Amino acid sequence: MLYYSSTKRPLLGLLALLLVGAIMILATGNTYTLLILTLVSIWTVLGLSWNLLGGYAGLYSFGHAAFFGLGSYTVGILFHDYSVTPWIGWPLAALIGAVAGILVGYITFRLKGPYFTLAMLAYPLALLSVFEWAGWNELALPMKREGGFAYMQFGDSRIIALIALALMGLAIWISIRIERSRFGLALVAIRQNELAASAAGLPVLSWKLWAIAVSGAMAASAGGLYAVVLLIITPQAVFGLQVSAQALIVTMFGGLGTVWGPVLGAVILVPLSEFLYANLGAALPGIQGVVFGSAIMAIILIQPQGMFWAIYDRFAVKRTDEHPTVQDVTLPERGRSPLSVGFPLLDISNLSLSFRGLRALAGVSITVKEREIVGIIGPNGAGKTTLFNAINGFIEINEGDIKCAGSSLVGFKPEQVAAIGVARTFQTARAFPRLTLLENVVVGSFMRYSDDKLAIAVALNALTRVGLTDRAYVPAGSLTNHELRLMELARALAGEPILILMDESFAGLASEDIEGMLPLIQRLRSDGITIVIIEHTMHAMVRLVDRLIVLDQGAVIANGLPSEVVKDLRVITAYLGKRWAEHAEA
Amino acid sequence: MNFASTVETFLQLLSSGLIIGANYGLMCLGLGLIFGVMRVINFAQGDLMVLGMYFAFIFVGWVASDQTTTFLWTMVAVGLAGGLFYVFGNVLHRVLISRVTGMRVAALEDAGHSPQLILTLGLSLVIQNAALMLFGSTPSSIPTPLSSKAWKFGPLWGDQVYLFINQARTWSAILAVVAAAILANFLRHTSLGRQMRAAANNPVASTYVGVDVNRSHRIAFGLGVAITTIAGVMMATYQPFQPYTGQDFIVIMYAGVVLGGMGSVGGTFWGGLIIGLVQQLSTLVMPMQLQSTVIFAVFLAILLFMPQGLFGRNVERV
Repeated sequence: MLYYSSTKRPLLGLLALLLVGAIMILATGNTYTLLILTLVSIWTVLGLSWNLLGGYAGLYSFGHAAFFGLGSYTVGILFHDYSVTPWIGWPLAALIGAVAGILVGYITFRLKGPYFTLAMLAYPLALLSVFEWAGWNELALPMKREGGFAYMQFGDSRIIALIALALMGLAIWISIRIERSRFGLALVAIRQNELAASAAGLPVLSWKLWAIAVSGAMAASAGGLYAVVLLIITPQAVFGLQVSAQALIVTMFGGLGTVWGPVLGAVILVPLSEFLYANLGAALPGIQGVVFGSAIMAIILIQPQGMFWAIYDRFAVKRTDEHPTVQDVTLPERGRSPLSVGFPLLDISNLSLSFRGLRALAGVSITVKEREIVGIIGPNGAGKTTLFNAINGFIEINEGDIKCAGSSLVGFKPEQVAAIGVARTFQTARAFPRLTLLENVVVGSFMRYSDDKLAIAVALNALTRVGLTDRAYVPAGSLTNHELRLMELARALAGEPILILMDESFAGLASEDIEGMLPLIQRLRSDGITIVIIEHTMHAMVRLVDRLIVLDQGAVIANGLPSEVVKDLRVITAYLGKRWAEHAEA
Repeated sequence: MNFASTVETFLQLLSSGLIIGANYGLMCLGLGLIFGVMRVINFAQGDLMVLGMYFAFIFVGWVASDQTTTFLWTMVAVGLAGGLFYVFGNVLHRVLISRVTGMRVAALEDAGHSPQLILTLGLSLVIQNAALMLFGSTPSSIPTPLSSKAWKFGPLWGDQVYLFINQARTWSAILAVVAAAILANFLRHTSLGRQMRAAANNPVASTYVGVDVNRSHRIAFGLGVAITTIAGVMMATYQPFQPYTGQDFIVIMYAGVVLGGMGSVGGTFWGGLIIGLVQQLSTLVMPMQLQSTVIFAVFLAILLFMPQGLFGRNVERV
């Protein structure tokens, strides 16, 4: 499911699915069968909506019923109280779903992982009691004897089944377009490593908000249609936990993070549970819940990624010819004209920050000049990585200022810092393990190029610069540590930075690999990039850097030529203790 | 006159808030113990509790021949349910929960939280709907003679302000406090309790010093389920329940656990107590039906504005 692979095959699949669906609908006259087919479409749409957040962005919601229910009640209330036809109410429902999505997302995206999941639960349940309290306990859509068509009421149930099918087709089409675009890739990157994604310049919050807006609109349109089909809605039926659970279950059962997952899940589970309910429902009223509940338990224990991936892994022919062609793209001449060598590029003044009283940085002032290579050393816990985190916007500073190329970075989000041209790599390489190298790297060039072809060409070029061209289509999870370090560097380069912050880029590398990286970094400098590097490998550092800065307990204790710094008494004391310093003196 | 009745309502709600809150506190303690020790979010906790309520309902209906002895038999049912559900939780952990928790998921992306949540969501659906099949949707309760008796205090102020305190609720609150105190002492002063706290603090390091982490988890899960069930059975003496009741309580329980500071077992009791108070006192200014909406709003607010208890630190280690 590469983001740059063509949409031709999935669209053909969609066409086939719609064709089969339409034939089934037209061939049957049985109202009950048609109702089930309609419900399959509706639950597929709700599943697709859930999949956008849960499958791609990894944000598992227990509250999609909020959007579904709002959609139902928008259509219902407009029709019942204001005689507005569902033809108008339905699109309005989608709009309200999108707005609700943005609101909910804006509040709830501050929470991560299971806390997000549980917080989402609160929305539909709160709405449920509000709607009960407001007296919409059982809302019946009025029947129109004449002119039913104008109110989405048809004598022939096949028409409404076809409308549901069309909605499902639209939702699948939208999902395919998202899956194979930078939108989809951005969501997957955020799921796999949110910090790395934001450091590479992805505006994490806005991508998530886009996702929940589309998701909310889809869920609300499914809910709106549900009201039209069932004609009677109750808060429990549309806001209940069962609705949220079913959205999650059809998706996870069918397959997470693929458009075909929700389709597969709904096609299997909805008719099964309806059939059992119709035959055994009188004796066993909760049979649907038991079916859905056991289905999801089984899938989590046996095949956590869902049915689709089990089938895919066994039968799919791995296609290797889906590589993008970039021959016809000429790389843009980019980059600002470098300031004169020696101009102060990064200017940190009096930077302080503390974690709950623990002082991590105390009045650090550092200036890095254009095209300089500056090394930062210091004992563990000296505040080196914290300094990088402060520069690139991961943590807020308490005092002081950070200027890069003249503009202050204080208060900037990581992606804004990246946009200014400050890239970084991480102490433990942060890859998006299930994406290919090229996909990993292209995330970095998104912020510079809105054209996908250009972005890919730039990413490939960055891979060439670090010498990983032949690994471009390998998933990052299978790389060696050395290759991961190079990949991170390539991702940094793809954003066309003016400054790269490298955090222990040699950690765990064999000495011949380190030898290979030294000329690479020097080449970057001659390309006009300034480099600040944290590293413990002193023999490499003294040959690489122009200047060494030593941090100890959050303060700069030495700053100068490597040969001078290693003789500095305070530095020796910091690393080895007082007694050794006395030794060195003697 | 009007002022006096406001005072009376306030006192009435305050006392019932404290009493119900003590029960919520015990409920939260069960969930908090599981989260604290295992870092597992058990979504089925409320439904397991409802199963326990049905067990007690059937047991009491079966043994108690006349009204006068129901209260006594209910107390027996509390003890039995506690033991039975300890075993049940133990078995559940062995066959299901342990497959997505413990050492085997410690290294996963999100420490296995999503599979745990989803597995227990499935479990919750199965229990709810199986209960619906077995017991139907009519609300049940375990009425004891004390359920309709109240102590009358007053006049407290002038000759108008009276306070009525329901006896069944009071007894269950007292028992809840006693049970919570016993648990706290167990965790603090017994070897097993200390092992469980060690496993909670640092599972890997605990294995180095010879703590059987899986056993600790199993006991914690059983104990957590049992404690919540005990709270549920006592509550069944004054509050009707039906198969879907667990859903209503899951958010109440989480609100309490989060408020108490996730992972702080003792704190969860106070968290539950506060939630009970908030729920009761909210009716002073809000319509009764919006009680649960208030709880959800409080829950969201806690998650958003007081996440310190949750995450420890805001920034992931880079």
